[in-house]
Amino acid sequence: MADPIHQFEIQKLATLGHIGGHEIAFTNSALFMAITVVGIWALLVAGSSARALVPGRLQSIAELSYEFVADTIQSTAGKEGMRFFPLVFTLFMFILVANIIGLVPYTFTVTSHIIITASLALLVFLTVIFYGLYKHGLHFFRLFVPSGIPGYILPLIVFIEVLSFLSRPISHSVRLFANMLAGHITLKVFASFVTLLGGLGIAGIAGAVLPLALVVALTALELLVAFLQAYVFAILTCIYLNDAIHPGH
Amino acid sequence: MDPVAAKYIGAGIACIGMGGAGVGVGAIFGNYLAAALRNPSAAQGQFGNLIFGFAVTEALGIFSLLIALLLLFAL
Repeated sequence: MADPIHQFEIQKLATLGHIGGHEIAFTNSALFMAITVVGIWALLVAGSSARALVPGRLQSIAELSYEFVADTIQSTAGKEGMRFFPLVFTLFMFILVANIIGLVPYTFTVTSHIIITASLALLVFLTVIFYGLYKHGLHFFRLFVPSGIPGYILPLIVFIEVLSFLSRPISHSVRLFANMLAGHITLKVFASFVTLLGGLGIAGIAGAVLPLALVVALTALELLVAFLQAYVFAILTCIYLNDAIHPGH
Repeated sequence: MDPVAAKYIGAGIACIGMGGAGVGVGAIFGNYLAAALRNPSAAQGQFGNLIFGFAVTEALGIFSLLIALLLLFAL
């Protein structure tokens, strides 16, 4: 049976140079990140070039994605959250397009590597801390002290609040990474059942129809997961940014 | 016991925790669906809360998966 982990291997495509004994290489991960960014750029440029009153298909996609993200921000972080629209829109589109490109066979799923998702989650985490401290100063730490709590239980609540704040980047990054990793491994395992049964002759080919149908159904489910995880990442970014904009419960 | 075997058994046991997250996520979506069928006009406004509750609940299952992955690949 083919190794279902093989698809996540990072391969070196070209060496760019050396920094301090470490090789800086252009990998398949970097290639697919570039494809993702160029794809989003092409979609948005092509979508916004016509500027028709009645939008065509491409323009509808561009407008829908803009309005979807704008609605999400305004319903969770309010009007002031719109100054973070570029950040949230970039994160949402990057993750969504990277997830969908990863569903095409023989491609590489950028978001199935913890280093990518952890970088994105840390970017959001540090943005929340720096913007909160810049905007509210030390009042930002009111975030950890909910109002209306009796004094004797307050130390425990503050401890829990700090702990849950610090665990945010972990759950934020591992959620996306684990969902993509597990989904793609499941797809490859079922696909290997098809080839295994297909090698057994006529009876095997008849039996292989069932796992093949399951692979098709799982791909449809993964398409839903690809969108849902991008949306979850974006809405959690908005909720965390809301803490920086309006600290204190 | 062989330490490698203990590692694999520990990773398997750690994944049991994900069952709790499964119960929680099921409760969230089930209750949302029940409430949405009672009052469909209010359902759309609570979609953001639904996803937030789902994400927070799922995070706990993810922590147990993280322990399993750490046991398998990092430690």
